[in-house]
Amino acid sequence: MIKVENLVKAFGPNRAVDDISFGVERGEVLGFIGPNGAGKSTTMRVVTGFYPPTAGRVTVGGFDVAENPLSAKRLIGYLPENAPGYADMTVHGFLSFAAELRGLRGDARKKAVVRAVETCFLDSVLYQTIDTLSKGYKHRACLAQSIIHDPDILILDEPTDGLDPNQKHEVRGLIKRMGEHKAIVFSTHILEEVEAACTRVIIIDRGKIVANGTPEELKARSEVAGAVRLKACGVTAAELNEKLSVLAARTEILSQDGAHVVARAYPRERGVNGAFAGHIAELAQRERWKLDEIHVEEGRLDEVFRAITLPDTVKGSHS
Amino acid sequence: MNAWANIKAITKRELGGYFTSPVAYVFLVIFLLLAGFFTFTVGNFFERGEASLMSFFTWHPWLYLFLVPAAGMRLWSEERRLGTLELLLTMPITTWQAIVGKFLASWLFLIIALGLTFPVWFTVNYFGSPDNGVIVAGYVGSALLSGTYLAISCMTSAMTRNQVISFIVSVMICLFLILAGFTPVTDLLTRWASPLFVQTIAAFSVMTHFEGFQRGVIDLRDVVFFVSLIGFALFTTGVIIRGHRAG
Repeated sequence: MIKVENLVKAFGPNRAVDDISFGVERGEVLGFIGPNGAGKSTTMRVVTGFYPPTAGRVTVGGFDVAENPLSAKRLIGYLPENAPGYADMTVHGFLSFAAELRGLRGDARKKAVVRAVETCFLDSVLYQTIDTLSKGYKHRACLAQSIIHDPDILILDEPTDGLDPNQKHEVRGLIKRMGEHKAIVFSTHILEEVEAACTRVIIIDRGKIVANGTPEELKARSEVAGAVRLKACGVTAAELNEKLSVLAARTEILSQDGAHVVARAYPRERGVNGAFAGHIAELAQRERWKLDEIHVEEGRLDEVFRAITLPDTVKGSHS
Repeated sequence: MNAWANIKAITKRELGGYFTSPVAYVFLVIFLLLAGFFTFTVGNFFERGEASLMSFFTWHPWLYLFLVPAAGMRLWSEERRLGTLELLLTMPITTWQAIVGKFLASWLFLIIALGLTFPVWFTVNYFGSPDNGVIVAGYVGSALLSGTYLAISCMTSAMTRNQVISFIVSVMICLFLILAGFTPVTDLLTRWASPLFVQTIAAFSVMTHFEGFQRGVIDLRDVVFFVSLIGFALFTTGVIIRGHRAG
């Protein structure tokens, strides 16, 4: 549905987006993550037709955004960053206006407004002006605007920014549900959100895509992915370390208090692998350690994110 | 037509925006008070003993000088400040539909304000028998004049997200358009410049072109002057808005 090819967007000498390419199909939820100023919003603004691209091509539903903007824009619902809205309009007036610009008239328009209001839980503030709304409601009013015409494509720039934990949960659920039959791109700073709602993740840094894959694939790139974490009883740290050295590449003692030792053993071969944990469990049985806890680490997205996006100089001083 | 439906939607929203905020009412009251003050007190409406609205229309270029930029300064700068510009321009509408829609809304508002001066027209008809054709021409000219100032305010409003800057710049441009043909200024200019030069400059002035309307003459050349200024200013607005996005 969305195809971005070698997109460049420059502001003067500054290349906010530097030669990126990706595609999103129906049924996919693409999470866009990256540090502030990485080019997430700029990319979204080009895809939605707000900024013309400096170079490269963006097609939406087969329409080139630069050449055929109206046809492309019709397919898109867009929630801009900070969820803007006309301060002096009521929520109802605002949504009606959006529906009208989307070409909905009469009954269809009324129905669309009712549906969007229900989906985004806006009943209680329907006739309040937007400048009197709390941040969460303002955000949802703008979200309602983006789904009013039931678009095939949704572009959401930080859809959960400023929401309370319950609202965040609702919006994530909403994105996931809608993602089953739409193509969705959303950006966020919250990494759990990516794991909770996305089918694919793109990490963007300084205008370039630095990682692109499913959340699982990215997590597997984490240093701890595939390592086994165990909490054992009736063994000393030194002994544990020594015995595990037969199986593991190295063992890291995480904590130690009285009879309990918590350790992380890294396999010789990278990758999430059940066999390694099995061997450790067998070893523990033979040695008569009591295992309180054992599990294979999946890897952590925040760790991958930091490793990829920290500037080289900072990275150097950390490792 | 789809284009007109979009323009209508934007015009409706924008005009609604005036009346849901106190801006419209403050503007209307001040406009009517000042119009009355200039006509009756400064313009000596009664003392003239004429059954005409000359003393009413004469002041319009000066009255609009401050009031029209005040009504137009928020048009685009507010959209940029609130971020709604992004929302508006990612809707399936063209930039010029948005520009025309917003311009028409504000112009309609100014025409409503002008229409509310009807008691002046009643008064002059009550006391005497004026040539109502001349008065209608005056109203048409005044509406075109306010449209021209408004288009200029629209343009300056697109330049900045700061409404104060937008206001000041558009007042300056409108003031130039007045002074270029304002008799005391042109008289001064003729002392050291060639009459042809002064005339050329004066041809760009709204004063020169508004004069005919006040006398009851709707000259096509004057209409073309105002309409082309409006067209030019709105076109420039489009260029400015596109420029912001192109980076």
